[in-house]
Amino acid sequence: MGGYSPSELVDIFTMQAFAGISLFSVFVLMALGLAIIFGQMGVINMAHGEFLTIGAYSTVMMSKLAEHYPSMLNYYFFLAVLVAFLVAFIVGYLVELGIIRHLYKRPLDTLLATWGLSLIMQQFFRSAFGAREVSATLPDWLMGSWTPREGLDIPINGLFVLGLTVVLSAAVFIFLYRSRWGLKVRATTQNRAMAGAVGIDTAKVDRITFALGCGIAGVAGAAFTTIASTGPTSGSLYIVDTFLVVVFGGAGSLIGTFASAFSIAQAQSILGFFLSGSTAKVITLVAVVGILMARPEGLFSIRVRK
Amino acid sequence: MNKALTQWLGGRDGAISLAILAALIFVVMPLAFDIFRLNLIGKYLTYAFVAIGLVLCWGYGGILSLGQGIFFGLGGYCMAMFLKLEASDPVSTKIQSTPGIPDFMDWNQITELPWFWQPFHSLPLTLILVIVVPGLFAYFIGAAMFKRRVSGVYFSIITQAIASILTILIIGQQGYTGGVNGITDLRTLLGWDIRTDSAKYVLYYLNGALLISCILVGRAIITSKLGKLLLAMRDREDRVRFSGYDVSSFKIFVFCVGAMMSAIGGAMFTLQVGFMSPSFVGIVPSIEMVIFTAVGGRMSLIGAVYGALLVNFGKTYFSESFPTLWLVFMGALFIGVVMGFPNGLAGLYSSHIKPRLARRAGRKVPQQPAAEGAAAGHSNPSA
Repeated sequence: MGGYSPSELVDIFTMQAFAGISLFSVFVLMALGLAIIFGQMGVINMAHGEFLTIGAYSTVMMSKLAEHYPSMLNYYFFLAVLVAFLVAFIVGYLVELGIIRHLYKRPLDTLLATWGLSLIMQQFFRSAFGAREVSATLPDWLMGSWTPREGLDIPINGLFVLGLTVVLSAAVFIFLYRSRWGLKVRATTQNRAMAGAVGIDTAKVDRITFALGCGIAGVAGAAFTTIASTGPTSGSLYIVDTFLVVVFGGAGSLIGTFASAFSIAQAQSILGFFLSGSTAKVITLVAVVGILMARPEGLFSIRVRK
Repeated sequence: MNKALTQWLGGRDGAISLAILAALIFVVMPLAFDIFRLNLIGKYLTYAFVAIGLVLCWGYGGILSLGQGIFFGLGGYCMAMFLKLEASDPVSTKIQSTPGIPDFMDWNQITELPWFWQPFHSLPLTLILVIVVPGLFAYFIGAAMFKRRVSGVYFSIITQAIASILTILIIGQQGYTGGVNGITDLRTLLGWDIRTDSAKYVLYYLNGALLISCILVGRAIITSKLGKLLLAMRDREDRVRFSGYDVSSFKIFVFCVGAMMSAIGGAMFTLQVGFMSPSFVGIVPSIEMVIFTAVGGRMSLIGAVYGALLVNFGKTYFSESFPTLWLVFMGALFIGVVMGFPNGLAGLYSSHIKPRLARRAGRKVPQQPAAEGAAAGHSNPSA
C-alpha cells in the first residue's frame, strides 16, 4: 500500500467501499427475488438473471419512449421501475404456470429446465434488441456525483440505487413478515401439507410468490440500467454470484442475505483495488465456498421442517 | 456365458446394445466418415466419458454435479502441459528470451518453469496425474461436502461456483496457464506427430476402446451391491444411513469415479483436438455436459454416449446452418427432456420401441426395473 498518504487511503477506502455498496445493491436486489424463490419455495431459478435483463430492457424501452416526450424525461424513471416490475411479474407468472409448477418435487430438474429457459430468453433478447449493449437515457438528476470534499466523489446513481434497495428491502420485509399474504407464504414454506389443510391455496401462493420474486428481479434490472449498459447476457453474469449470496447467507433468512451480500460485495470491491479484479474475485469466492463447506447451512439459518 | 459375466454385461439386451455401440464406434463411423469428421466424432466421444460419469453420479447416486468441466479440464490440462513441454524444447524455442519454457510464459516475462509444471516432463507421471489430480480434487470436494451432508441443490450450486472459480483462476494467471487462449500449438507425443491422419485414426480407436472400458467399469459398479446402495441412497438416504451404511463414503466414491472418467475424456480431448482452454472448464460447458446425459437417459450408460453424440451433432449442424436457432434449440431440449422424457432416449427406447420390437418378434420382454424407478420421478431427499 506504499505511496498513498493516510488521508488518500481513507478516501480510497471510502470510494471503494461505495463502489462495493453499488455492487451490494445489485446483489441484494437480485438476491431478494432469489431469496424468496429459492429460500422460501426451494425452487432453483437459473433464469433469474434473465428476469433482471427483462427489467433492464423494459427500462431502456421506456427511456426511448420518454425521448419522444422531452417533458417526461425527468420523471419517466419511476414509471419505468413500475413497468419493469410488471413485465417481469407477468413473465414469471407464465413461467410458473408453464414449467415450474410441474417440477416442485424435482428440484434438480427445475435447475436444468430453468437453465434451458435462460438460454431461450437470451436468444430472444439477442434477436429482439441486438447483440450490442444498449443503455437508457438517464434523467439529468441521476448524473454526476456528489463531492463532499476534494478527492472524494460519490456517484449519484449509486446513491439512488442504494435508496431503491433500501425501499424495496423494507417492502419485501413488510410483505413477508407483516402481511397476511406473507403469513401464507411462510406457512406454505414451512409445512405445505398443513398449510393446505388449514385452507391456504398453496398452488396460488406458489404462483404469486414466484412471480413476485421475478418482479423484484425486474426492478433490479431497472436499477441496473443506471450503473451499467444492458446486453442479452447481462443478467446471467450475476446468477452464480447471487446464488452464492443466498446460500452463504442461509436460505430462508432475509437478514442473512443482506449480511452475505454486503460482505461478498465489500470484500470483492476493496480487495479489487489492491489486487487485480480477477484475483479479488477468486479470493472472495474461495473464502465463501470454504466457509460454506465448514458451515453448510450458511451464516444465518432457520430451521425448517421439510 | 457364466452368470456373473452375463449380469455384468447387463443380460442379453445389455450385451447386444453394447455390441451395437462398439460396432458403431469401431466399424460404421470410420467407414462412413472421412478423417476430418471422424476426428470430430472422436471429440464428441470424449464428452461421452463425462456423460457416463454423470450417469453414475446423477442417475444412480442422485448427486448432480454442475462442475464436471472442472475434472474434464484438469485431465485435459495435465495432458496439455506434457505436450506443451515437449513442444517447447530449447531448440524450437531458441528465439525466446528464455528458451525451453512454453511460449506463453515467455510472453508473460516468466523466466523459469513453475514447480507444478515440473512433473509433466515425464509421460508416465503425466498419465498418472491425469487420473490422480482430478480424482484427489474430487475426493477433497466430496469429502468436505458429503461428510457434512451437503446434498441436492446446494451441492450443485457449490460445484458450479468451484467451476467458476477455476475458470477465473486459469484466465487470470495467464503466465502459468496460457490464459483465455489455453494451451495451444501441441504437436507431438514422444516424438510421434499427433496431427497426422494416421495418428488421428489411432487416437480415435484408443478413445473408443477407453470409452467402452469405462462403460464396462460403470456396468460393474451398477450391477454390484454398490449400485443397489446408490439407488437406495438416491431415493431414501435416511433409511440407508439408519441401516448402518456410511452414506458419505459411497457418495465420495461415485463422485470420484465420475471425476476420473471425465478426466480421461479431457486428456483424450487434448490429444485429439490439439489444445485445451478454459472454455471447457466453466459453468456453461459443465451444464452442457449434463444435458448430454439427460438427453441420452440419466439411467443408461450407453444412452449417455448416444446423448453426447446426438446433442453435439445437433450443435454442429445448427450452429453451422442456423446459428441463431442453436441456443433456442438447446434451451428447448433442456425443458423438453426434463418435462417430457425424464429418462431421455434410453427411456423412450425401453417404453416405446422395445415393446413394439418384442411384439413383432412375438415374445414378451420384462420391463427394466432401473428405468421404471426413475420414471416414477426421481425425488431427491432434501438435505
